[in-house]
Amino acid sequence: MMWQQEAWTISPVPAYLAKRLGYYALLLLAAVCLSYLLASLALDPREYYAGRQPPIPVASVNHHLDEIGVNDRTPLPHRFLRWFGHAVRGDLGQTIDGTSVNAEFGRRLGVSLRLLLTGTVFGTVAGVLVGAWTAVRQYRFSDRAVTLASFALLSTPVFLLAILLKTGAIWFNQTTGTDLIQFTGEKSPGLTGGFWTVVEDRAVHLLLPTLSVALFAVASYSRYQRNTMLDVLGSDYLRTARAKGLAQRTVLLKHGLRTALIPMSTYFSYGFLALFTGATFTETIFGWHGMGEWFVASIGKNDVNSVVAVNLFAAVTVLCSGFLADILHAALDPRIRQAS
Amino acid sequence: MTTTVIAEEAPVAAPPAGRATVVLRRFLRNRTALAGAVVLVLLFLLAFVGPYVTPWSYSHIDYTALRAAPDADHWWGTNRIGQDVFAQTARGLQKSLIIGLLVAVLSTGLASLVGACAGYFGGWTDRLLMFFVDLLLVFPSFLIIAIVSPRLNSSGWFALVGLLGLFAWMITARVVRSMTLSLKEREFVRAARYMGVGPFRIIWRHVLPNIASFLIIDATIQVGGAVMSETALSYFGFGVQPPDVSLGTLIADGTGAAVTYPWMFFFAAGLLVVFVLAVNLVGDGLRDALDPTAKGASR
Repeated sequence: MMWQQEAWTISPVPAYLAKRLGYYALLLLAAVCLSYLLASLALDPREYYAGRQPPIPVASVNHHLDEIGVNDRTPLPHRFLRWFGHAVRGDLGQTIDGTSVNAEFGRRLGVSLRLLLTGTVFGTVAGVLVGAWTAVRQYRFSDRAVTLASFALLSTPVFLLAILLKTGAIWFNQTTGTDLIQFTGEKSPGLTGGFWTVVEDRAVHLLLPTLSVALFAVASYSRYQRNTMLDVLGSDYLRTARAKGLAQRTVLLKHGLRTALIPMSTYFSYGFLALFTGATFTETIFGWHGMGEWFVASIGKNDVNSVVAVNLFAAVTVLCSGFLADILHAALDPRIRQAS
Repeated sequence: MTTTVIAEEAPVAAPPAGRATVVLRRFLRNRTALAGAVVLVLLFLLAFVGPYVTPWSYSHIDYTALRAAPDADHWWGTNRIGQDVFAQTARGLQKSLIIGLLVAVLSTGLASLVGACAGYFGGWTDRLLMFFVDLLLVFPSFLIIAIVSPRLNSSGWFALVGLLGLFAWMITARVVRSMTLSLKEREFVRAARYMGVGPFRIIWRHVLPNIASFLIIDATIQVGGAVMSETALSYFGFGVQPPDVSLGTLIADGTGAAVTYPWMFFFAAGLLVVFVLAVNLVGDGLRDALDPTAKGASR
């Protein structure tokens, strides 16, 4: 951990990261405000109460909309300021059914984060390893096979991949007459048992959704990683490292992969965007009660506050992943540490 | 004296092949890319000629054949309300292809405009444009399109094209910007600038032509990406709306029957994957053919 001490004494890394963090905070603010305005303009909460039997009197609809703060007869700037005033104090308002958005947010946060985290970690690690491995074995059979497979995966939209996995699981369960692969929801309803039973149950439920979220990332990261790794493998300093008698493993990991990872940090932050969108589909298809499913349902209900809450979640996670990519970049690239 | 004699006696070399010829020759030598191109042509034929070949229209309901398996009458079977799957798939493919092509043109155009301006002008223009790019990147575009798209139903699928194009250009714009930054310092751009050529004219005449190969490759890849986004949105009901069909709506209709009546699902799903795969292979082949530093260049 030498570099950390160096970094703290010279301190360009914290300065660099603080600058990025400030920029991200500004982006977050602009993005959330914009999404509130956009959602208010596009969604019509009044429609949610229309066409009920018996019809709801206009006055009581107005009363209800005013309580939530989404009445279209209040000028938009007023609605926005009211919402913003609550939001900065950590209160995201009420859903269209009158329940707390914060409570719903908290309930669904864990569900979505579990899927996003396992998907990101698995997708990134597997993508980098597969990419580096195929670069080392360029033009051999294994490289060609992996290339073909990743092209096929990159050509399959995530929602279709999720459907195919689910269909495959149904078919598998029907043919074998078991229910080995669970694919609905994030846990078995009414499960009793010890800690390990619960963990095992959750893990089984995670299998297919994680695969459908992560496989696309594995395919695309491995393509980029293969390219950057090939560039590094052909470089002079790697030949020098080999020539001075370093072990193949050291050459590939410390000199090769470490350098080849630097340009990848940009792809990681872009890739997370695709992964997040994919998770939205995946949750809906596998019946996970997470943020993505909430989002799709809220649009149907014209629920402005909930839609904005999901957008907030999306913006925060995307920016967090961008920030993590910056940290990775700073940790790998000595040029940032030495810049004064 | 001897040297001149030898030079005169040397066989006259054929004039170097033009760029287009070289690119075409190199593309044709790439078997996978060629296969992709052939598949693309076949898919276009299926989408635009297919509806005239089959006696059924995509919306016609044949009450005598519900959930019929593929046979001589209904080539790809019928769905649960008796619509011909072949006619529907051809029509859906047609819609998806048109949307994909338009979105690719739109987003690549937007990306080159914004990226080139940000890179060329620099300073506050650059900072503002890049902030805007980052802002659009912060939202998974799917969320915004899903909010806005169903409200624009009256203007039909054109609105969908606009929305998809509006949210697909940001990463390309970043690449165009960095390419413009390095082009800006090249002699021919400087020369033009000192001669008093206006900035937009320089961008149009000197910057964009020099990144044209990247833009062509990117537009190709974007077609695939746009079709994937469109089908995903349509699958969730935020894209193409009934009675119109796209591959996405067809997949949504057929999902439940994937195991029991596979033809309702797998024709649409398979064509989607084959199409995007073919586009990606062609894009990859174009990259190799257009890139002067690629293996076996100059041949």
